[in-house]
Amino acid sequence: MPSEEERVALAKDRFVEGVKAVSPILFGVAPFGLIVGVTIAAGDVDNWVGWSTSWLVFAGAAQIALIELLNSEALAVVAIATPLVINLRHAMYSAAMAPPFSQLSSLDRLWLPYLLTDQAFAISASRYEPDSDPTTVKYFYLGTGVTLWVAWQIVTMVGIVVGAQLPAAWSLDFTIALVFLGLLVPAVASRPALVAAVVGGVVAVLSLELPNGTGIIAASVAGVAAGSIADWRLSR
Amino acid sequence: MSPWLIVIIVGIGTYLTRLSFIGILGKAGVPSYIERPLKLVAPAVLAAIAIPQLVAPADVVDFSLGNLRLLAGLVAIAVAWKARSIGSTIVAGMTALWILQWLF
Repeated sequence: MPSEEERVALAKDRFVEGVKAVSPILFGVAPFGLIVGVTIAAGDVDNWVGWSTSWLVFAGAAQIALIELLNSEALAVVAIATPLVINLRHAMYSAAMAPPFSQLSSLDRLWLPYLLTDQAFAISASRYEPDSDPTTVKYFYLGTGVTLWVAWQIVTMVGIVVGAQLPAAWSLDFTIALVFLGLLVPAVASRPALVAAVVGGVVAVLSLELPNGTGIIAASVAGVAAGSIADWRLSR
Repeated sequence: MSPWLIVIIVGIGTYLTRLSFIGILGKAGVPSYIERPLKLVAPAVLAAIAIPQLVAPADVVDFSLGNLRLLAGLVAIAVAWKARSIGSTIVAGMTALWILQWLF
């Protein structure tokens, strides 16, 4: 049984290790956060409401979708459902983190998931080993999660301040499509995933006529259904 | 509905999604009939958002060579495939779009 001092020292080490592991990724996160801020600044929605998504939702792709739906005055149910569908992938991360987190206290298991983002998951999941001790599990994750959280609050705020002054001729709105492409391509990691992406994309294009935002939900359901059928047929 | 209320509901819903399996599961793990479809959510949703922005930038399907965003998007997809980073995908796509806009 390690002493109290040893555990505190290990916790600090693991936290710093997490901060170091996530640092290179901040170069990819920063432009994304700036774009979220620029999207907020460009629309009619109050900047404080827009920025509050950075700590209330804390998930860039969903924040952009939510802001755009609020700007276009979409139906409330669509403005709520679309970002939640985009964020459904976090359930997958939660499933992957559940076994290592099962060693932690109930309180930790209640609040640590708040910091569970794409990047915190990717880095922590690759660091954990089957026999990782609870201190490593908690503090390495906290090192990545807290760093990402602080950076995100700052860069989205900077994006709002800077964004109001950027000219439309720069076509910076295209960066939104690019962010989603940058997330999409690595997510197409199997043939069922490719089927899900192709069907999702095609149905979204075909349903452009549907009232604002509902097409994305229809396309997502169709994509997951088609991908599941492909998965089932391929695994038989 | 006030934008504040919508944002708060989305925030609570997102938190509950993150909490989901961590909150209810122990070491047992997730049954595969839940895990497998969950893995398909990301590609389906992301494609549903990204593809229309390339294929129909002005809300009308446009497969012509005049659709510069589609061409720049193809460049970005190639870079995303090789580099697997959002940062380089953004830089490559924006550079391609600016060059195309300057040329045509």
